[in-house]
Amino acid sequence: MSATVARSARPARRRGVFLLLGAALLAMFLFVALFGGAIAPYDPNAQDLLVLLDPPSATHWFGTDEIGRDIAARVIVGTRITLTIALTSVALAGVAGVALGLVAGYVHGAIDRVIMLCLDLLMTVPSLVLAIAVVAAIGANAVGLVTAITISFVPPLARLVRARVLELCDLDYVEAARAVGMRPKRILLRHILPNAESVIVIELSLMAGEAVLVGSALGFLGLGVQPPAPEWGAMLGASRQFLEVAPHVAVVPGLAVSLLVLAFNLFGDGLRDWLDPTATT
Amino acid sequence: MLRLLAWRLLLIPPTVLGVVTILFLIFKAVPGDEATMVAGATATQAEIDVVRHQLGLDRPLLVQYASHVAGLLHGDLGYSSTFRGNPLPHILERAPATLLLTVSAIALTVLIGIPGGILAASFQHRWPDLAVSGGVVALLAVPNFWLGMMLIALLSVRLGWLPSLGLTGPASLLMPTLALAARLIALVARLMRGMVIEERHKDYVRTAYAKGLTVGRIMYRHVLRNALIPIVTVVGLQTGYLLGGSVVVERLFDWPGVGDLLLTAVGLRDYTLVQGITVLFVIGFLLINLVVEALYRLINPRLR
Repeated sequence: MSATVARSARPARRRGVFLLLGAALLAMFLFVALFGGAIAPYDPNAQDLLVLLDPPSATHWFGTDEIGRDIAARVIVGTRITLTIALTSVALAGVAGVALGLVAGYVHGAIDRVIMLCLDLLMTVPSLVLAIAVVAAIGANAVGLVTAITISFVPPLARLVRARVLELCDLDYVEAARAVGMRPKRILLRHILPNAESVIVIELSLMAGEAVLVGSALGFLGLGVQPPAPEWGAMLGASRQFLEVAPHVAVVPGLAVSLLVLAFNLFGDGLRDWLDPTATT
Repeated sequence: MLRLLAWRLLLIPPTVLGVVTILFLIFKAVPGDEATMVAGATATQAEIDVVRHQLGLDRPLLVQYASHVAGLLHGDLGYSSTFRGNPLPHILERAPATLLLTVSAIALTVLIGIPGGILAASFQHRWPDLAVSGGVVALLAVPNFWLGMMLIALLSVRLGWLPSLGLTGPASLLMPTLALAARLIALVARLMRGMVIEERHKDYVRTAYAKGLTVGRIMYRHVLRNALIPIVTVVGLQTGYLLGGSVVVERLFDWPGVGDLLLTAVGLRDYTLVQGITVLFVIGFLLINLVVEALYRLINPRLR
């Protein structure tokens, strides 16, 4: 029996496939988000009162909703909303989390302790509960939603970056940079950040999937993007009361959410295997 | 170990106080006047002023904060417009339903996730493994509330096997638990699979085989014990997900728990109730983590 049992339970040749599959799916979603209006077979808000809650058919591929709107068109046009919210909140959380993590990790002492104390306090609130409280305070709309997701993502990201910075600060090259009199800002941005990049990129792509889940959950609860905007979570929330008579209304928006999350997960996991082969699962 | 746990227990009150302070500041910064909202849409300015004085909202912010904290120490969360008074008894009344849901989710996770992972590892790269691994990838992508909706559509609407709403008996527990536990089941199965694959070529397992032990006994007595430590860690890390996810699942299934009340409070703009429930979730989170920490030290002899 060989002593070098593969640490990852996944054979090496399949790793790249997941990354490519994730990237291909994301490219597809991006395309639909950009050109959704042109692809959609109908106007997403056009009502046709002759076909209420119709099951899938040749004219309406995924059926129609309670006021006769084409579900396919709504899911296609809704892609842009979901993707925009997820990417915006992840980008904002990325900037804030990386900045806080870099500072907390590099500057020891009081500043580090205060930053970590605040982040640790925020992390004791379950992230969805925190998001709901933030939406309650700011308001149930796109701005509140993005703020809520961003706030709940900053603490774990900042913690991760801080840990990586602490790790890197112990290395000789950072000490050397400090010894030649380089300013902290330059050391952080030119020497530490590039080496923390892969960890950050992997975490952000997995967080994007998480953001899609949180965003659609809040939409479902009526705390996110409001109807009649064709946001997937809001569509699912509206379909809840017709589940008994027309379950098809709930199928496609849910599949869309799942597929987008799957794309981000595959991409993030694939990226991790590719950039950091020593990591276990 | 007891000293460490006692120390962790002592840290809970200051942590809660920190969260209370953050929430107090957030909700004081919210635009909109609390007194106007409590007094109602038809109130005159004089009536609003009376309410403002009764609720103590005309005092300096620091005094309000001090009396808010003092109230909390006495179990008084403040004035909830929904319950026209201290909402604590009403929140606690709903706590058992949420506790039941989260505890059964953890139980289901252990019941399905661990055997699932062992099964996948035993048939690595063959169809049972592909089925489990595919299921893991799918469950991690599916939103819990949508999974719940599909379960309702299939098991209650189509087949009529299970009740779709409320807490009406043991059968009504099944679908909400499954919807909430799905993500955890996936995480535990994936972890267990990796652990078994990694451990099974180690010397101690070979020795166990050489002694003539059965596969089941080796798994249960040896491999599972080593795998338990990371599994407890993962379940502990997902406490936040379980509590947050329970809010959505409770709303979907009309579950009479705390999360459902939180959403009602948000809808009614009852900020006292929102803050109170959030703080209660934080206390629950800290207590569960304390239990996880204790378990972790119990099963990991190196930390005893």
